[in-house]
Amino acid sequence: MATSAAGGIRFDAVTVAYDGNVVLDALDLTVAPGEVMALLGPSGSGKTTALRAVAGFVRPASGRVHLGDRDVTDLPPHRRGIGMVVQQYALFPHMRVEDNVAFGLKARKADRSEIRARVAEALEMTGMAAYARRHPRELSGGQQQRVAIARALAIRPAVLLLDEPLSALDARLRSGMLAELARLHRELPEVSILYVTHDQLEALTLADRIAVMDRARLQACGTPQELYRAPANAFTASFVGSANLLPVTVGGTGGVTLGGTRLAVGTAGAAPGARATLCVRPHLIGLGDGPNRLSGTVAEIQWRGATHRLYVDVAGHRVMADLRELRTPPALGDTVTLHFAPEDAVLLPAEAAGEATGAAGRPAGPAGDRTGPAGDPAETAGTPAGPADKPTDPAGTPTGPSGKATDPAGTPADPSDEPAEAVGHGC
Amino acid sequence: MWAVFLVLFLPLFALPLLVVLGASFATHWSGVLPSGFTTAHYQAATRGEALRALTTSLVTAVTASLLALTAGTWAALAAAALRKRHRKVMDALFVLPVAVPSVVVGLAILVAFSQPPFLLNGTRWIVITAHAVLVTAFAHQSVSAALARLDPAYEQAAASLGASPAHVLWRVKLPLLLPSLTAAAGLCFALSMGELSATMMLYPPDWTPLPVLVHAATDRGALFTGSAVAVVLMAATLLVLLAVSRVRTRASYR
Repeated sequence: MATSAAGGIRFDAVTVAYDGNVVLDALDLTVAPGEVMALLGPSGSGKTTALRAVAGFVRPASGRVHLGDRDVTDLPPHRRGIGMVVQQYALFPHMRVEDNVAFGLKARKADRSEIRARVAEALEMTGMAAYARRHPRELSGGQQQRVAIARALAIRPAVLLLDEPLSALDARLRSGMLAELARLHRELPEVSILYVTHDQLEALTLADRIAVMDRARLQACGTPQELYRAPANAFTASFVGSANLLPVTVGGTGGVTLGGTRLAVGTAGAAPGARATLCVRPHLIGLGDGPNRLSGTVAEIQWRGATHRLYVDVAGHRVMADLRELRTPPALGDTVTLHFAPEDAVLLPAEAAGEATGAAGRPAGPAGDRTGPAGDPAETAGTPAGPADKPTDPAGTPTGPSGKATDPAGTPADPSDEPAEAVGHGC
Repeated sequence: MWAVFLVLFLPLFALPLLVVLGASFATHWSGVLPSGFTTAHYQAATRGEALRALTTSLVTAVTASLLALTAGTWAALAAAALRKRHRKVMDALFVLPVAVPSVVVGLAILVAFSQPPFLLNGTRWIVITAHAVLVTAFAHQSVSAALARLDPAYEQAAASLGASPAHVLWRVKLPLLLPSLTAAAGLCFALSMGELSATMMLYPPDWTPLPVLVHAATDRGALFTGSAVAVVLMAATLLVLLAVSRVRTRASYR
């Protein structure tokens, strides 16, 4: 029926409002055919709304949604030809596994023989062939998830929408399913996947590109490495990985000052005297003497197995440092010296006062607490962060393979946003 | 706790039923217990006029329940798509026949359907219509409650898989609502089987439901015969409800 030959999703200034309350604000985003795009953001950031706009369950107040080369904005959900997997799986409880998987094919009035072949194929692919005759209630959560994926894949969609598909699973199953999803995508390289999640680890692991959402807006978009190493703004820095965000003033001869301390970091493009936010990842901070010294008192120590996390109060700011397990950790109240390499710091535009506290209040949560003893996702990525290439320059904001030209003027101005902040650009 | 329950339950609910059961087998009841055991009343209550009345009641109840279930389900499904305020108006409309005394509903139907082009008076259809109107409220209420509890994710998953709204309705929503539908059917059936006040004003001579017969028998003083007919009515209703509840358990275990 409505299976589109060409894949890919394009949001064209899509705005969604409920009762005048804007929940998605002029989203410009392109997902290339075969690309895995993660929509990452806290709850209420508009990421699920964006997915529902693609599925057809919400109607944009303005803007267009394209699937492949079709404008589907006015099409009802059942004519869009998408596969979708939601958090609660929504398997039909009155049907056996095989009938659940066959549902989409039957709705399209496919041949019996074709249905049988495709159901078998989809169940094989998800490793659920042995459970074809079971009912959903006889399956575990992980198995139900596989069936839900098989059901979505059986119709051979060009676009697969995954709405927090792993959040109902426990941690161990989740990492297994992550690997499973990555394998499925390798087997179906032409399928575009829009993956909504609030979990940065899922996004970093699975996505070709990540679109970071907050407060109904697209905050940043790029490959996981780009977002991690050169975040465009403080929110992105704190939501993708954990980050120290320090308010600094740009010095006259390069470098910045934090409180009274001069720090040598790249300041490309920033005007002397301007306020800015310095972003340093906790695992890139070292203990002891070195370049860019920060002295302060230890406020808290957490032992995390492979690492110690130190919370050090430096000139009124709390700095997190993840250090390889220390043989003799400092005591609370000790004065310690921290340092970081100039190329490991990223200078971000200063946030408006309200935002700075909001964003800075968040960082320790998602990154610091969820990742295990192995530490931050950067260690998963393996490579140390390289020199930041012109982080404050909006042109340096990563655009993806099919990245659309940005049109900042096209997005409604929000008085709380600094003009320098690269928010609301398309991707 | 149990004692309180028994003290309340026995005199209020169980005893009257037991008295009817006792009376149905008796020829005299002048002492504490009935006397003169006989099954003669049952011979009268299961043949001839009474048997015809039983068939009449069963046909009326089944037809009225099906009509009510169809109308109530349809209305509930339609209302689910409405805005909240309109939905409230619709809910209120459907509760009306319950809020209004059934005698009034009977009278209203008598007046409304006694003139062409809606001349139902004198036919069995006026009784069936009245019963359907009276029980639709219950069907509507239980189906809309079940619809409100139904997770929209099922409907959306089905739609995203390419199922048209009609396909979603038949293959997903109605099957998921089946337990509530059968429960509503049982309730409608039981209410219709026992309906007397509206029926009294409407029934034509060739369509006498069983409750009317019970009333007629006790009215002319034949208490014991009336009791036997009442027991038959009770047994028939309970048997059908039992059958319906078996369908329901099968449906919810599918």
